[in-house]
Amino acid sequence: MTVISSTKNPEALSLTIVAEFDAGVERVWQIWEDPRQLERWWGPPTWPATFEEFDFRPGGKSTYYMTGPDGSRARGWWRFTAIGAPGRLELDDGFADDFGNPVEDMGTARMAATLEDLGGRTRMTIASTFESEEQMQKMLDMGMEEGMGQAMGQIDAILAGQPAA
Amino acid sequence: MVVDELREAELDRVFRAFADSTRRDIVRRVTGDGLNVSGLARHYAMSFAAVQKHVAVLERACLVTKERRGREQLVRANRDGLERARRLLEEYEAIWRQRAGRIADILAEGTAQGREAP
Repeated sequence: MTVISSTKNPEALSLTIVAEFDAGVERVWQIWEDPRQLERWWGPPTWPATFEEFDFRPGGKSTYYMTGPDGSRARGWWRFTAIGAPGRLELDDGFADDFGNPVEDMGTARMAATLEDLGGRTRMTIASTFESEEQMQKMLDMGMEEGMGQAMGQIDAILAGQPAA
Repeated sequence: MVVDELREAELDRVFRAFADSTRRDIVRRVTGDGLNVSGLARHYAMSFAAVQKHVAVLERACLVTKERRGREQLVRANRDGLERARRLLEEYEAIWRQRAGRIADILAEGTAQGREAP
């Protein structure tokens, strides 16, 4: 299993995820830096993400949409608040309307990704903080369509398709 | 739907209540046996009235309950509100587990560097 731990803090509405990967820090950084790689993992197969604007520098903005099973699009935006290649990335994540303009009253989630070198492997720590439960629910609605059963099947398929570790 | 709007309004109250560090601290202190307001007020450099106000915000968000004990009011954490937040965080964790699986899949492509278009 790739994810090794998670820490939940319901009172502060924050979550920390720690995962380790069999690849160097520079390589793992690319899955954030390159929007074509990013969109292969950000959304689930039922809600794939497409990044349009992608201004990867401090203060830069990105716009994206996720396409649902019925063809509907859920739009969002990122604002990169700190970029320290290849070890640290911070961004604000929010909802957008059909024209890609931020919907301010839905609030923003703050996310910080840290990559650490473990002698050729990489530990990635993601810390997410939400502003409201409503906002968090909306984010979940875009990602949990497939349900847990399908998610487990997907992980099994990935593991089965890989050479034994 | 009206029911959904009511629910959303309630959720919004919950997380506005949690947005304040003093209120988060109050919730931590009143899990378990609970405390009365004057007992709580001793922990903070603010007036009894200010603490009472924080407790009222938490009570409106259904995060604490108040029950009368003689001349005092006992403040206690409301587990349901915390449970709801916890459930949402668990769903979010599941999303990151899936993402990590997909990242591992991309990285397993190895020397191909994964630069190709989907």
